[in-house]
Amino acid sequence: MIELGLAALSRALADGEFSSVELTQAYLQQIAQENSDLNAYVTVCEELALSQARAADEARSQGNAGPLTGIPIAHKDLFCTQGIRTACGSKMLDNFIAPYNATVVENFIKAGSVTLGKTNMDEFAMGSSNETSFYGPVKNPWDRSLVPGGSSGGSAAAVAARLCAGATATDTGGSIRQPASFTGITGLKPTYGRVSRWGMVAFASSLDQAGTMTQSAEDAAMMLNVMAGLDLKDSTSSDTAAEDYTKDLDKPLAGLKIGIPTQHFSEGLNADVEKCIREAIAEFEKLGATVKEVSLDNSHLSVSAYYVIAPAEASANLSRYDGVRYGYRCKDPVNLEDMYKRTRSEGFGTEVKRRIMVGTYALSAGYYDAYYIKAQKIRRLIKNDFQKAFEEVDVIMGPTSPHTAFAIGSKNDDPVTMYLEDIYTIAVNLAGLPGMSIPAGLVNGLPVGLQIVGKDFAEAQLLNVAHKFQQATDWHEKSPVK
Amino acid sequence: MEWETVIGLEVHVQLATASKLFSGTSTEFGAQPNTKANIYDLAMPGTLPVLNAEALRMAVKFGLAIDAEIGKTSVFDRKNYFYPDLPKGYQTSQLDFPTVGKGQLVIDIEDGSQRTIGVTRAHMEEDAGKSLHEDFHGKTGIDLNRAGTPLLEIVSEPDLRNAREAVAYLKKLHSIILYLGISDGDMSQGSMRCDANVSVRPKGTTELGNRTEIKNINSFRFVEKAINIEVQRQIDIIEDGGKIVQETRLYDADKNETRSMRSKEVANDYRYFPEPDLLPIVIDDAYIESVRATLPELPDIKKQRFQDQYALSEYDAMILSSDLSTADYFEEVAKACGDAKLSANWVMGDLQASLNKYEISISENPISSEALAGLIKRIKDNTISSKIAKTVFEAMLAGEGDADSIIESKGLKQVTDTGAIEKMVDEVIANNPAQVQQFKEGKEQVIGFFVGQIMKASQGKANPAQVNQLLKEKLSSKKK
Repeated sequence: MIELGLAALSRALADGEFSSVELTQAYLQQIAQENSDLNAYVTVCEELALSQARAADEARSQGNAGPLTGIPIAHKDLFCTQGIRTACGSKMLDNFIAPYNATVVENFIKAGSVTLGKTNMDEFAMGSSNETSFYGPVKNPWDRSLVPGGSSGGSAAAVAARLCAGATATDTGGSIRQPASFTGITGLKPTYGRVSRWGMVAFASSLDQAGTMTQSAEDAAMMLNVMAGLDLKDSTSSDTAAEDYTKDLDKPLAGLKIGIPTQHFSEGLNADVEKCIREAIAEFEKLGATVKEVSLDNSHLSVSAYYVIAPAEASANLSRYDGVRYGYRCKDPVNLEDMYKRTRSEGFGTEVKRRIMVGTYALSAGYYDAYYIKAQKIRRLIKNDFQKAFEEVDVIMGPTSPHTAFAIGSKNDDPVTMYLEDIYTIAVNLAGLPGMSIPAGLVNGLPVGLQIVGKDFAEAQLLNVAHKFQQATDWHEKSPVK
Repeated sequence: MEWETVIGLEVHVQLATASKLFSGTSTEFGAQPNTKANIYDLAMPGTLPVLNAEALRMAVKFGLAIDAEIGKTSVFDRKNYFYPDLPKGYQTSQLDFPTVGKGQLVIDIEDGSQRTIGVTRAHMEEDAGKSLHEDFHGKTGIDLNRAGTPLLEIVSEPDLRNAREAVAYLKKLHSIILYLGISDGDMSQGSMRCDANVSVRPKGTTELGNRTEIKNINSFRFVEKAINIEVQRQIDIIEDGGKIVQETRLYDADKNETRSMRSKEVANDYRYFPEPDLLPIVIDDAYIESVRATLPELPDIKKQRFQDQYALSEYDAMILSSDLSTADYFEEVAKACGDAKLSANWVMGDLQASLNKYEISISENPISSEALAGLIKRIKDNTISSKIAKTVFEAMLAGEGDADSIIESKGLKQVTDTGAIEKMVDEVIANNPAQVQQFKEGKEQVIGFFVGQIMKASQGKANPAQVNQLLKEKLSSKKK
């Protein structure tokens, strides 16, 4: 049963084909079998999951089941979960048990979902390969010598290896879409402000957005239905009304205008990946869409701007990890300065420290205008590029990543090469737009992801576009699980 | 050389909101350590700020009261520095776009003159917690109850020219804040804190000298003392050929000295940047007008009205209007007794003296406005003299009852019966022939002796005017 996607499981539970307890047990068994090698989960909540499953079955027997009731899911380990460790991939929070639930977590509890556990991730979501985690790298279920992408590598691998029906994740510069691409699943990063950030451990506040990792667009729509909406606890959460994201899934695509950004099909893109993407776009034309080239003139500046803004915000966001109130504290500090220095030197990993230093530098007196202010101006230009493009087209498509998953350890020595991993995804975060990655083919047996970017709050349309493609193709059904 | 002092004040006012600036925690004072700190106040991972709408309203109210530009779009920024009682590692404050922009207020100087002092800006920010260094055996305790309490930092232009002006500015600010009800303004509890930027320059020059910032001045009196001592220190250094180091200095009230805290050169680079967890605050004219509609009559307006309506002197009107409770009390007394001048004299005179003596505030005053009006009425209708009134007032203060019952029970009613007074006058004249002789010889000041004798005989109750009149008549008739 675990090979089924979330929507299919929802129907099977409703039809009484099996119980949530049976389903949960099946996942727990698969996790027990696979996780020690894959390292997708950092915490498995066996007892909690089974008790939630029993409660879900009970609710169903009383006629109180919703679409997500009894569905076993996993949370990226940066959503605070009351009573369950939230470590964020860091030694700094290895002992941290939040006294509260993130809004996203709370929403799934209210929907009656089952929490299987917390998934591995790059430390504080900083990474594109899941190799910066304090808990070790996650392996790609398609080829265990490869990375699953990052930072939501654990959620991606868990979904791809059928260790959960769906998983929550976050995306600051591509952390949902790139791992979705590398593991052959469907990843959705909603519009900034669509899903509450309350209870999400912050990396870069103006870019962080929670989303979904699932087998299909239909699955994603069902999860987003639970997650989306205004949250008064998050001042940046949007009051644009959330919708039923499943209602437009089957709308015909006739007349859909697809934009293809010139800059995303240029030097650096693997030829086989490009071929897959062009074929996928041709598939859309068969479905009635028209295609035209668009230009995102400033897209070459997006990685640079991002690596000023995100570290700047992170440098402040991570200041709270000082050893005073919770989390790691160095042994036997001799004075305050010693406590600060050693707590933070010992508690953070290399990549996190690198970004704190970059961010601190970018904000410092004398450099602020040259870096932070300039990066904000570029951000505005990038947003304008998209706005201009969206005057002519409905969605923008291209590759999610220039290539397929790479080998564990192969890019660790050069941070800049790693940063360029997110070359096609980062601009979407800077512009605050919704974006997806859906499976669009295989190259040498490894998945290729198609990125679809929509207008502000056009999640329903993105999901419709993705769903129609998945109705016409079976790339999303390809699985590494034998 | 003659020196000119240049002073600017930075005043932190704790806003009297029920909850903190960005969290729902109560701002209640005096609770057990860390019991008024929720997950946001503790900077738990994943928590986010939500602006307290009441704090914004109070800030705007202050801005309107000092005729300031109100920032239609104001922005919170993060001010980054590490300190154990600063849980997030940054203070959420406002830098480039404060809620309150340029304004001004008029200060009343003791010689009766007035000066307009510019207010550069007033911005909202959160307070830090407290580090407790005692009772922890060489370690430091952290109490985060105060962390996140809303502050309004009011920054003046360097318009103040001496310590007395600085005090007058602070007093006016204090008065306005209490009028607006946006803070309890209690300096001893830290609800109002003052830092002073002080520099000196040769009189007649316009370039500013190097300034020092004096921190930790927690009373009006200390503001004056701290500035004076710092000005003298600076002048001494310059006259000795030295230079003023731009630095932060701490005022030590016990030693009456300022001493260096840290040099500004090595001070933190705060790396301000816009707080991404909060959207810019956008307010419109309708909002501003709705706040304006809640503004009370402010001290300067009230002072003018007291002069116009009650025919008080400018000085009396200024004294009475500077404190809202006093102003309200005065008006109640004046209305109830119908004599504003007498009411003003009593409120500023005997009442204020007693309050000072017992160190109580006007709101804790045991004599109600009706009670004081009752006393004044008895003066006006000649039931008692002004002198006896003081006795009655003391008894009222001691809680012995209202004016009428005290006059009754102590038999203090003034004797106005002409027959009775005439009898006393006759007796005194008859018993003091020597003094009568002196009067006859032209030593008219001896009349005071007779008045004294009669007042003594009547235990002060004889109406002095009647006594005087009768004495003059009777003694003059003997002259002939």
